[in-house]
Order: sequence, then structure tokens, then C-alpha cells
Amino acid sequence: MIEDSSKHILEMKGIGKSFLSVPVLQGVQMDLHAGEVHVLAGENGAGKSTLINILGGVHTEHEGQIYLNGAPVRFKSVLDATDHGIAVIHQELSLVDSLSVVDNMFLGREQTRYACLRRGPMLRQAQDLLRELDLDIDLRCPVEHYPVGIKQMIEICKALSLQSRIMVMDEPTSALTEPEVERLFQIIAQLKQRGVGLIYITHKMEEIYRIADRITVLRDGQHIGTQRAECLPQAKLVQWMVGRDIQTQFPQRETREGELQMQIRDFCVPNPDIKGAYLVDRVSLTLRAGEIVGLAGLQGSGNSALLNGLFGSYGKTVRGEVRVGGQAYTAFDPIGAIGHGMALVTNDRKATGLVMDMNILQNVTLASLPEFSRFGWIRPRAEAKVVEAQARTLNLKTPGLTADVQVLSGGNQQKVVLAKWLATKPKVLLLDDPCRGVDIGAKHEIYELMNQLCAQGISILLVSSEMPELMFMSDRILVMHRGQVTLEANREDATPERILCAAFGQRSRV
Amino acid sequence: MSEQGTARQPWYYSPTARALGALIIVLLIGAVFNADGAFFKWGTHRDMLRAVSVFGILACAMTLVIISGGIDLSVGSVLALASVSFALFTIHWGWPAPWATTACLSVGLGCGVCSGTLIARAKMQPFIATLAMMVFGRGLAKWVTGGEKISQAVKQADGTFQYVDLPPVFNWIDSRILYDNISVVTIVFLVCLLGCWILLDKLRQGRYIYAVGGNEQGARLSGVPVVFIKTMTYGLSGLLCAVAGICQACQEYQGDPEAGVAYELSAIAMVVIGGTSLNGGKGSIWLTLIGVLTIGYLDKILSINAVGEDKRLMLTGLIVVVAVLLQKSRR
Repeated sequence: MIEDSSKHILEMKGIGKSFLSVPVLQGVQMDLHAGEVHVLAGENGAGKSTLINILGGVHTEHEGQIYLNGAPVRFKSVLDATDHGIAVIHQELSLVDSLSVVDNMFLGREQTRYACLRRGPMLRQAQDLLRELDLDIDLRCPVEHYPVGIKQMIEICKALSLQSRIMVMDEPTSALTEPEVERLFQIIAQLKQRGVGLIYITHKMEEIYRIADRITVLRDGQHIGTQRAECLPQAKLVQWMVGRDIQTQFPQRETREGELQMQIRDFCVPNPDIKGAYLVDRVSLTLRAGEIVGLAGLQGSGNSALLNGLFGSYGKTVRGEVRVGGQAYTAFDPIGAIGHGMALVTNDRKATGLVMDMNILQNVTLASLPEFSRFGWIRPRAEAKVVEAQARTLNLKTPGLTADVQVLSGGNQQKVVLAKWLATKPKVLLLDDPCRGVDIGAKHEIYELMNQLCAQGISILLVSSEMPELMFMSDRILVMHRGQVTLEANREDATPERILCAAFGQRSRV
Repeated sequence: MSEQGTARQPWYYSPTARALGALIIVLLIGAVFNADGAFFKWGTHRDMLRAVSVFGILACAMTLVIISGGIDLSVGSVLALASVSFALFTIHWGWPAPWATTACLSVGLGCGVCSGTLIARAKMQPFIATLAMMVFGRGLAKWVTGGEKISQAVKQADGTFQYVDLPPVFNWIDSRILYDNISVVTIVFLVCLLGCWILLDKLRQGRYIYAVGGNEQGARLSGVPVVFIKTMTYGLSGLLCAVAGICQACQEYQGDPEAGVAYELSAIAMVVIGGTSLNGGKGSIWLTLIGVLTIGYLDKILSINAVGEDKRLMLTGLIVVVAVLLQKSRR
């Protein structure tokens, strides 16, 4: 099929960009038609964010040329790009939480008369926009009262009110629940009908094939290829992204029957925000040595809260009987949990997993520092030895052990978190979405690592936002809904349909 | 953003180099405006070090607190409280110096632990908690002394003054040792500096201070005893303020309840000029030393050139701005 270049509302040609003389983008090209979804794919560090930042006017210095409707442009600032009809909806939303919906939508371009805000017209315009997207919310309410999904819709409305013809969405579904994702896809369909061109960045395979019209793949800052979605089979896409053929995404797992490692009975986590409500409601489960138990569920189902409650993130408000390795565990605080051989990899490594200002070595030993110190003095050599060993087992790619964790890619940062917990010699690993924001290659390594750890007798409680990950890695799956377990099944019995039904609240027994 | 930091930054971007740059500029100014060679005499440098020592000790305290992600506004008040306590114990009550010193240090430690407990356990904001301690401590110092300076002149019941002898500890701390080459207060400052370096660089608790300042929630989930570390940090800050207070009392031969007003701002300025981030989690005690020397030399150079206090204050303000701007351009 011959592309008609007159249809292009956007063309980027020969885009290059270097940071401190290290090229991160080289000769990248991309174009966009009106009314299409163009997925931009690639591993972490492939240069997607940089490309988007150039398009959005964040990076003003770059090589190459951008054409809008055939006319060359060069953006001087983010505002400049916005004025040219380009709206970027970032992973971290740019709304001001304490301001109302309407104030957010008109932030920076409020309509005024004699320096006074004209709330009436602004409210009416906002109302019209929201109605078009079938969104029924109170416009005068501060946006902090709304979940992430709604906030994203508000951002989209804001972009629409700016008459944006080009919208960029950077992993918009990473924090959304299943129904919210459906809603977003409906809205994307509407946007396409209005002739808006969308550039969509995602890591999730099934999303790519659901919404993509065309796919462009970047790798190591270079343009690998652009293809219509129906002409690009998944295997080829993965090969483009990683540069090699990953035969199977998940390594083989053998279920082992170890002895009882952890026993949880009637575990409850009260909701800190709502009195009398529970995030986790009387959950009981057992975990054997060398076993991976997957906790499925939609966002807010309590699976993540269960791990955090066990580890003491919520303080001592939790209740329940927990035994680890035969010993009763009642402390419910991180120090006690580590003492009992537990380790928690949280789902947000920047906020709770790493100390970004400290270097790799300091991060790795943070949780096991007493072992590397004598009378309070840190023994640097003992520290370095263990960290080196961990870095080797985990295949950590880094310029050096004293490098800042900031310079590492997402996958390598996650390996640092894992190394930190392995240094404490845990018996039970609580993994809360360990592969979030991790590229395919590193994902595979993390899965292999999980298998190795199980072979050593470590048990794993796994929460994941990706269904295939749970289904392939878990020996048993527990599905949670509103804090309760609605299904417990072995791997063979756990079909995606049954898991989804249970996640939506239908109880069944196996 | 993950793509950005892969390259190694050149050496002159490092925080130490930037802080040293400011100091070197100040020293060059001194070499040019050397007030007929006065700047090249060791005595000038020795006096500068003596004058800056009390501030330096406070800056050490401030460094610990700022790295832990907080701020301590009460350093000046705790200094005043310790200095009047020391004068009261030794001059009026005639306690032996070791006892008086221990008691004063306990007072400082107590003040710090109080703020620390409010911050760590009651989850008050450091700014508020130490602001309260700043006002309270100043009030306490005035209440203890009745608003008067505590000196050799002791007021009797009948309203007359009787002069008592000054305990020898005052003269000793105010003297110079090593063939008259260095003040004892400077030695005290250097010891505090060394102590802070050992804590921050060599000890586990120091590593935890960085971790708490860098990511409190992450540190807690890694098994760092956050409450203890915060309380300890403010406690140490109070302790160092008490040390500074004792030095101040000895230098002035009296305990002044009005001492140390606005010293917290000087201490913060020194830390910031050194390049330690007010966001916490980053910085080092050596950067603070550079900051202390920068401000100390600037002040000294201006004073040997007989520049008035008005212009000195304005210049100090400018230097703070320039130093922080230099650090900003790092990203």
C-alpha cells in the first residue's frame, strides 16, 4: 500500500538527540495520519520518551525536522507545541490535585473580564466537552477526589478543549483498572472519529493489537521499522523490540511440593481512609517452600494491600494470625518482617523501592546493613564483596557499583531492588508487580531468577497486573475481589475466563 | 528521563568542585584586596577560623538535620540556652567544669530529642516543631536568667553587685594552643567536623540518615528504624548546639540569653553554599566545611578592608544566591 503523504498531519524526519554527547536518538522518523492510532513501541531506554519530549517541546535542541500538515515547525517550548495542537498526556498526570475539574481544564488560559474569572462560560464549555465523552462528574469538585482513570479523562478533555489535533498518550493504562481501560479505548475510538491522530506508547502486547492501526518500533535510539498492525505478527514485533528472538517469554516451571513455609489465617487490613471498611477481609492462605502463589485481582481488589499489610506498610492496624517457618509473626512492621525472613518488592520502585539519591551499593545493602557492620562501623570491603556477587548473579548492567541508581534503566533498577532483598536471605518473597515498567529482556531474567529462588526453597507471593505472567509463573492462583478471596485454583484449573469472572466477584469453588 | 544520565559528568560538575569554585573566587578576591598584605598573614586566617568556629559547629548540626530531610531552626536558641546554663553553672553555682559541661550537653541533647520526638513520633513538620523549640528555648533562656546576662558581676539580695572570679575553663577554651597558632574553639569545631564525618561516612546510623532523607517511606520498608534515626539526628543537632553554646560563653566570658539570634540562618546559608540540597538525602560534611570557610573568608576580607556591616550583609546575601544558582545549573 502506497502511503499518501498528503494525509500526514505530522511528520518527523531524521530526529536525533544527544545528552552529554551520548546519542539517545539517531535518525528516527515517524508520521501520523488524521484519525489513526500509531503505537510507539520499544523497550525501556529505546528512546520513546525522548522522541515524545521533542514532539512536545520539552527538548528544544535536536537534529532533524518536524512537519505539521506539511509545513516545517520548530517548537520553542511546551506552550509552543500546545499552541500547535499537540497534547501530551504523561504517565504522571499534570493536574493540580487541589483545584477543581473546571479550574484544571482552563489552567493558564482562564477566561476573564476585568481581571475577574468568568466561571459561568468556563463551566458551560467544560460541561459540553465532558458530555461528549459521556463523563458525568461534578466539575466543581477538586480532582483529588477522583480516581486515576477519571483524572486521565479530564486530561483528555483538557487536550480537546485546546483543539489538539495530535495527542500523545504515554502508557495511559498503567494505573487503570480493567473497566477504566475499556472506557479509555471507547474514548480513543471517539477521538479517531473526530480526526485526532494519536501516538500511543505502551508495554502491553494485547493493548497494542487491540488499538493499533500502525506500529513503529524503536530500539537503542534507532528506528527499527514501521508497519501496519495487521501485517506485523507478535513474534516479529517482539523480535524488533528486543533485537533477538525470544522463543518463549516465560521459562518452564516445575511445581515442587515443599514443606509449609507460611500460614496466614483471617488476615484483615482496615482501610485507612474509610472507617469500618477493609482493604483485605479475612484472607487465609498457605505457602509452601519453593512455591509461587499468584494473587490475581483488579486494582483495589486487595492483593497488593495484602502484601503491604503483611510487611507492615500500614502499621499495626492489621489483624490476623501469621506464621512464618513455624514461628508466629505478630510485629507487622518492616523490621519484624525482615527478621522473620520476609522481603517486599513494592510496585513503585521510585517511591518506595529505591533511595534514588544513593548509589547502587548503598541501595543493595540498605536492608541488611547490620550484617555488614561491626559495632556500628560499616565494613566497606564486606559490603562490596556481597554486592559484587549479587550483581553477577542478577546480571546487573551498570557502569560501576558506585554509580547512581538514577542512571540505570527500569529493569536494572528493579534488579537492584531484588538484590537488596536477596542480601537479607529471605524465606518468603512478596513481589508486588515486579515487572512493572521493565523491558522484555529484563522481565525474562526476573522470571528465571524467580524459578532459581524457588529451587532454593524460597517461597513467593506474586501480585501482577499482567494476566499471562500470573498464569505462567504461579503454581497456585488466588483471585481476590473487594478484599476477599473469590477463587483458589491450581495452575491447570485456572483459565483466564475463570480468573476474570472471579476478579469481578463471582464466587466458585474448585 | 532514564536515557539522560548514562554519560559520566565531567569533574567540574561535581558538587565539591562547584563549592570549591566559590571558595577559590573568594580567596582570589582576598589576594587582590589584601589590605596591605594583611590577608597573607597567618594571624588573619587564625582569627577568621576562631570567629567562624561557633557558626561552623552549628553548620555541622544543620548538615546532619538537612541530610535527614529536615531543618532545625532552633540552633540559635539552643546555643543561647546552653551558653547561659554554662555560665550559670560555672560562674554562679561554682560547679566544676566537667559537671557543668555534661549538664549543658544534656540540656542541648534534651532540646534536640524533644523536637525530634515531635517530628518523628507526632509527625509534625520539622519547620514547625523546631520553630516552636526556637521560641520556647529563647524564652527559657530569658526566664532562667531573668533577662540579664550572666557574668562575673553577681547581683546580691540587696541589689549591689559582687564580682566573682572567672573559672579557669573560660580562659582555657578562649586561648590558643600549638605555640599560639590555633584557637581551642577551632579545635572543637574540627573535632565536631570529624565526628560528623565518621557518623555520616563510616557508621551505619549515618547511612540511615541519608536513606531517611532520600526516601523516608522506602527506608522504612527496608527496615530502617526511621523514628529512632530522626530523633537521634535532632538530638545530635541539639548536642552540637550545646557545644557551640559553651564555646560562645567562653569566648564572651558570659552567658547571654540574647546570643545566637538569627544564627540558624547563617548555619543554613553555610550548608547551602556548600551544596548540600535542602531536599535531603544528599550532601556531605566536607561541603559544609567549604561553605563555612567561604562565608568566613568573605566576612574577614570585607572586615580587613573596612567594609561596613551593611555592605557585608548585602554581599553575603548575593553569595548565597550565586552559590545556589551554580548548583541549579547542574541539571
